[in-house]
Amino acid sequence: MLNRIELLQLVEHNARVKISDLATMLNASEEEIAAELEACKKDNVILGYTTMINWEKTERETVTALIEVRITPQRNQGFDKIASQFYRYPQVSSCFLMSGGFDLMLIIEDSTLREVANFVSEKIAPLEGVLSTATHFILKKYKSNGTLFTQKPKDDRETIVL
Amino acid sequence: MDIDYQSKISKVVNGIAPSAIRRFFDLANEMKGEVISLSIGEPDFVTPWNIREAGIFSLEDGNTHYSPNQGYIEVRKAISEYLQRRFELKYDPKSQILVTVGGSEALDLIARSLIDPGDEVIILEPCFVAYKATVTLAHGVPVVIETKEEDEYRLKPEALEAAITDKTKYIILGYPGNPTGATMSREDLAAIKDVLVRHPDIFVVSDELYSELSYTGERPVSIANFPEMYDRTIVVNGFSKSFAMTGWRIGYMAGPAPLVAAMNKVHQYCIMCSPTTAQYAVIEACRNGDKEVDEMREEYNRRRRVIIKGLTDAGLKCFAPTGAFYAFPSIEGLGLSSEKFCERFLMEKKVAIVPGNAFGKCGEGHVRISYAASMENIQEAMKRLKEFVSDLKEENK
Ligand SMILES: Cc1ncc(COP(=O)(O)O)c(C=O)c1O
Repeated sequence: MLNRIELLQLVEHNARVKISDLATMLNASEEEIAAELEACKKDNVILGYTTMINWEKTERETVTALIEVRITPQRNQGFDKIASQFYRYPQVSSCFLMSGGFDLMLIIEDSTLREVANFVSEKIAPLEGVLSTATHFILKKYKSNGTLFTQKPKDDRETIVL
Repeated sequence: MDIDYQSKISKVVNGIAPSAIRRFFDLANEMKGEVISLSIGEPDFVTPWNIREAGIFSLEDGNTHYSPNQGYIEVRKAISEYLQRRFELKYDPKSQILVTVGGSEALDLIARSLIDPGDEVIILEPCFVAYKATVTLAHGVPVVIETKEEDEYRLKPEALEAAITDKTKYIILGYPGNPTGATMSREDLAAIKDVLVRHPDIFVVSDELYSELSYTGERPVSIANFPEMYDRTIVVNGFSKSFAMTGWRIGYMAGPAPLVAAMNKVHQYCIMCSPTTAQYAVIEACRNGDKEVDEMREEYNRRRRVIIKGLTDAGLKCFAPTGAFYAFPSIEGLGLSSEKFCERFLMEKKVAIVPGNAFGKCGEGHVRISYAASMENIQEAMKRLKEFVSDLKEENK
């Protein structure tokens, strides 16, 4: 039996593994793997495949900002309605409802300082229901989505060990 | 000064022949960094962070002293609980467990504590290289049973019966095995137990270093799980392979209390105690290591499947390994000795693997391929292996 979780963990880590290799690794046929991936897409389990980029290594000067937003929930709609007003903005790459001292966490990636400042002051703060915001900028990425940004793992084992 | 140093070295040490394939090893080691190495008998994973951190904390706390010879009681308790939980093996932490410098030291202690000159020890080749050497160094006589590919490198009861003499002191079982990746099922071991029940003076040393790395879907069985054998078995295990902790140098043995006490005597004078930092780390490994161990096993299993497929695609006959992280395919019919095959593969395709005769004469005609390497390297190496085998077939036409 093909294990969906194991398959998902593999492609989550490396979306470029070939179907034939996945089939070998998971002891399944290529058809089964292709069908399962297709089913995952249909079920909205797999939503897309992205590439992890370390923008710091390019000439592009961008920042990543985390914006905490405190809001008043709306009658009947709770937080969902107001959240949707935020996540529709293409520059918002992630939007989470949080427990704790604030309600929504917005993440804006690959943007400039000015764009973030304008976005917060023009789009978010004035919205009805927004009580306050706090914007944090990421200074350095050490690790993101399980990948180390700072160092490459090295293999310093001897060539032959019996 | 003209000293004949060779003549000063003890006969027994001089008697351990330098490995004939030393030259190949030197060659491979010189090429470190330029080659893909599938020749390494240790995990490519780094020790899980929580375990490393436990070692670091112990240093921060100033735990830099000798421990009791037998190992901290807390460590022995953690090992005892772990063996019970994972393998249904019950050992008293006070009297039945000795913490050692790797499984290696345990094998040495056993040989030195049990063997009188001339006693015989049955070992199953192809096998881990220390078995024969520890027996020889303790003035014992290794008696080799050659296990066979067609038996999937399992010990057959007839072969065992035939090897037993009235000098036989113990037998070393090493499953899951290095270099073959073989395992013995409960039924296989039951048949061995039946033979041993007829020879009540023989002990079993069960090297279970790879016990966490079994891909049969079932937990590997230890011969010590049989009530008839429990009092006659010394289990050797450790953290090197299952927890990716080779460099920490820590392992243990578990067995009958009087024997453990004797081994502790030797250990006390030769070693004092196993590394303190490592002892603190393995408490964490025993108690909070299952998840990482399971993840590593799953990754090894995926690589194992890729290796088996790669070998089949390359046209090499290979018994499908079910444990450890090795495959041991046959290279017969290609017109090269194991050593020559590995040397040419190294020089021509820049991949290092180990000639089978490194693990005993009967390993000739095979090579050991380790999949303790990244998936990328394994896939690339399998591609090159296929090219290499097809080059050889072309030459042989
Ligand atoms: C079968 C077997 N036993 C024992 C050992 C020794 O391991 P350690 O001394 O690191 O515990 C090894 C290491 O390669 C091995 O392959």
